[in-house]
Amino acid sequence: MSETPELNIDRVAELARIALTPAEKAEYSAQLGEVLKHIEQLKQVDVSGVEPSAHAFAVENVWADDVAQAGLTAEAALQNAPAQRDNMIAVPKVVE
Amino acid sequence: MAHSLPFQSLTQVADQLAAGQVSSVELTQAVIDQTQAVEDRVNAFISTDSVDALAQAAAADQRRAVGELLGPLDGVPIALKDVIAVRDQPLTAGSKMLEKFVSPYDATVTTKLKDAGAVLWGRANCDEFAMGSSTENSAFKTTANPYDLSRVPGGSSGGSAAALAAGEAIATLGSDTGGSIRQPAAFCNVVGLKPTYGLISRYGLAAYASSLDQIGSFTRTVEDAAIMLGAIAGHDDRDSTSFKTPIPDYRAALAEKKGPWKLGIPKEYFGEGLDPEVGAAVEKAIAFYREQGCEIKEVSLPHTEYCLSTYYIIATAEASSNLARYDGVRYTHRSADAKTVEDVYFKSRAEGFGAEVKRRIILGTYVLSSGYYDAYYLRAQKVRTLIRQDFLNAYQKVDAVLTPTTPTPAFKIGETADPLAMYLQDIYTVSVNLAGLPGISIPAGFSEAGLPIGLQLIGQPYQEADLLAIANTYDSTHDWNSRLPEL
Amino acid sequence: MFHIMGYSLPATHYSLLQKMNYEAVIGLEVHVQVKTASKIFTRVGQGYGFDENTLTDPVVLALPGALPVMNKAALDAIIKAGLMLDCEIAEVCKWDRKNYFYPDSTKNYQISQFDQPICNGGYVEIELPGEARNIMGEHKKIPLTRIHLEEDVGKLNHGTNESLVDYNRAGTPLMEIVSDPALQSAEEAYAYLTTLRTTMVYAGISDCDMEKGQMRCDANISIRPVGQEELGVKVELKNLNSISYVRDGINHEIKRQMSVLKKGGIIVQETRDFDGITGTSQSLRTKEDAHDYRYFPDPDLMPVRVDREWKERIAAECPERPFDKQRRFMEEYDLPYTITSVLVPDRDLSDWFEAVVAIAGKAQAQAVGNWIANDLLRELSAAQIELADSKLMPAHLAELVGLIKAGTITKQIAREVFAETFGSGETPTAVVERKGLKDDTNSYELEQWCRDAIAGNEKAREQFLAGKDGAINALKGPVMKASRGKANPKLVDETLRRLLAE
Repeated sequence: MSETPELNIDRVAELARIALTPAEKAEYSAQLGEVLKHIEQLKQVDVSGVEPSAHAFAVENVWADDVAQAGLTAEAALQNAPAQRDNMIAVPKVVE
Repeated sequence: MAHSLPFQSLTQVADQLAAGQVSSVELTQAVIDQTQAVEDRVNAFISTDSVDALAQAAAADQRRAVGELLGPLDGVPIALKDVIAVRDQPLTAGSKMLEKFVSPYDATVTTKLKDAGAVLWGRANCDEFAMGSSTENSAFKTTANPYDLSRVPGGSSGGSAAALAAGEAIATLGSDTGGSIRQPAAFCNVVGLKPTYGLISRYGLAAYASSLDQIGSFTRTVEDAAIMLGAIAGHDDRDSTSFKTPIPDYRAALAEKKGPWKLGIPKEYFGEGLDPEVGAAVEKAIAFYREQGCEIKEVSLPHTEYCLSTYYIIATAEASSNLARYDGVRYTHRSADAKTVEDVYFKSRAEGFGAEVKRRIILGTYVLSSGYYDAYYLRAQKVRTLIRQDFLNAYQKVDAVLTPTTPTPAFKIGETADPLAMYLQDIYTVSVNLAGLPGISIPAGFSEAGLPIGLQLIGQPYQEADLLAIANTYDSTHDWNSRLPEL
Repeated sequence: MFHIMGYSLPATHYSLLQKMNYEAVIGLEVHVQVKTASKIFTRVGQGYGFDENTLTDPVVLALPGALPVMNKAALDAIIKAGLMLDCEIAEVCKWDRKNYFYPDSTKNYQISQFDQPICNGGYVEIELPGEARNIMGEHKKIPLTRIHLEEDVGKLNHGTNESLVDYNRAGTPLMEIVSDPALQSAEEAYAYLTTLRTTMVYAGISDCDMEKGQMRCDANISIRPVGQEELGVKVELKNLNSISYVRDGINHEIKRQMSVLKKGGIIVQETRDFDGITGTSQSLRTKEDAHDYRYFPDPDLMPVRVDREWKERIAAECPERPFDKQRRFMEEYDLPYTITSVLVPDRDLSDWFEAVVAIAGKAQAQAVGNWIANDLLRELSAAQIELADSKLMPAHLAELVGLIKAGTITKQIAREVFAETFGSGETPTAVVERKGLKDDTNSYELEQWCRDAIAGNEKAREQFLAGKDGAINALKGPVMKASRGKANPKLVDETLRRLLAE
């Protein structure tokens, strides 16, 4: 078995876009460290030649014909918006 | 049984409604009254709308008056777990993130229930985004187990199970990703059915883990479960994972399919950690089936010990992506303190999500992240294939697999604080989701302390008619469900 | 920061490259919106120019519980694109989630294809500028890496303090066409995009209007010493939203990289934003803040299997490739390169041409080509209408060239008839009849007009007799005028010469 996996909580929280307090970071790191230790057991399983399952039951070619249907009105689309202006969702200015 | 209206089975109330012995308004009012009487202790619902429910009931009574009854659900109050969209009604998923969200559309199951004339009543409490095994992770309230208010009702569909057990609905819907219907059903002395993946549309079900989630029912009897399944099953062209298969008359199948059945007992489910009282109850059920002429065979599901790890990798990975949409931008909680777009994300998600959701998003993000994907996610997908193969091998020899639903009866509120210990709650149920199979938990007795015990039967893909018939063999000859909670 | 001055740049930077014995290596990632009725994973309509947030539904907005369902037409379209570009169509492909947070994305993941794209390989044939306008340039095949299908994102409108998001565009089917790093210059990139656009429009896959964002291009640019196999450090150039900007941006970036090297600096792997108006670029991010997209197969969507029957059905719908058609036009109809380069890029126009030739006969192909390239295009442009809306039918033009060939009308009269038919849709024969335009002059009349013309212009007669052949033209005008344009110019010429020689 390999060594205990390392979870870089800062990097992962950054990827997940969740601001964590130092206390949360410490707590989650410890708890998830335990979970990861448990999960390490999967390395014992011989999976050579085994196909991965992305679905419970994979069926192919599930699609719909290209026929346009009515959607939501702008009003309905924005009914839960935390901030809006001119029928658009407003967010603080995005700078790329 | 001569229970008061709110504690009668769906079959019983449907017969009385059809015979005109009771009106839907009377029935709905009785359920509302019962809810008002017990809800302060049970806390099963996040929101209720009596005015709306009574209006639906009145419409059902009008249909009956002109002889246009839509079927056995017409006029019957049914509660939905608060992860299923109902147009113009709140949908919180038990999260502060969606505290003010009102759905502009109906889930497919909602449409089906409306079409069947059901009175949609009450949004049942649940663990936040269906992540949990106790309903303690709800942002709004902790639901109590009606059989012991100091204990959890199970989760994540704890509100749905508790509401039914406490007479606050005639049937309820839940969702099951790793046991979230079956475990609370076992804890609350009701029947909980998780159908085969793909039998019921997921459209309108706030996703936790897309490849595992499935909507199912809580009912008082297996016969009721057959009626509910008939109403909500079927292919949906809005869900690409919904399966095209003919929907039989499940209720009729109960009478037609008599067995005797071949039942498999997986030795891996009867090992360490199984509470002796639960084990004894399950052994009694096995003995019953043997007496009925069923062939009982030991089967092996050799990858059982890897199910939990596989489940927590796949479920959290999918969840980390599924829950990215709750970002403070379009319709969720947005932090009042957000000055930049990054603030909108980081702060809204920090404020809007509870601890367990954050933990699972972190874990899921990690297992998908660069450098770890093959070791965790890809490997888990392969082990998933092996787990499914175990079951398919077993089904060469048996019609269904019989196991306990949970290792123990309901635990105390606040007792299980450690996430890993909580995850172990799902040890007998997650395999069913990983393999995509139908599973049902039925009442199978009580512990000495008076806590309900559940029996799990696991069927073959899309063979719900067989599974229900097997379950009904036991359920229709036992009356555990007549033991009501003392509230 | 370097600025581009006018268009002198290509020469400067190529000479700079050559002087330092360096070469540029360019790869293009081109996004093309597919022209479907509904979005790629839901059936709400898609299109450009609608009111903000009126093309959404629960799936587009990623509301809790919404699920994607594939659009069959988008799959048909990408298979068609793949066949047009000679790609290998994968037997099985799947959908993956590309996870990243951005306000224009509603799910904060994009449904795309990561390791199993639907099209692999293939090429884009390009034509480089010829030595002159009427000479065909060199052709090259630029190899493709892959083409995959994904969903477009919404549109951000930036204000002073806030950005406003319109999700109409979100979920529009989008093809990403990735070339190998095989282009060597901005000119090649320009030609590549031109072919790509023509091909997509030909196949009805997209209108590729870059102003409407229907075609968008990112370029990966590196330079290396000639002879070196290993690629240099690449810089990704974004927001190249017109074909000219692609050319300008690439030229600018090559020059920037050369200058960095010349000053002894090193090229940093980064993404830069090119501003086509100022001709400048600035760094957006470096490799250090590269994304971790956490791709995984989308559990909400099923894989796609493309069988032979499906491929064959789409292949039957594929039009001839533009360059193949051009070669055929030159060979089969003996058309000059210049005419083919007018006809071929426009599929409707070239189809129209062939429809005329089918009636008029191949012998008339050159005349038909000329009529279309000169007269038809001019009239369409003057009337500001599309070919499809023109009242002039292929049969009309075939009839017209037939009338000229038969000597019934002169070329000059034919122009008048053409204009009449174009305006009203009346057949050329009917126009000729109604207006009495038939060349029915007899030789006596013609001879008389010629004699009058010679008598009326003594100076021209003398000049002609003195050996200035061109002077005869001055005599033709009055004859044509007298015949109201109906006289056969060839006959007029002959008659005048005979009389002058008397």
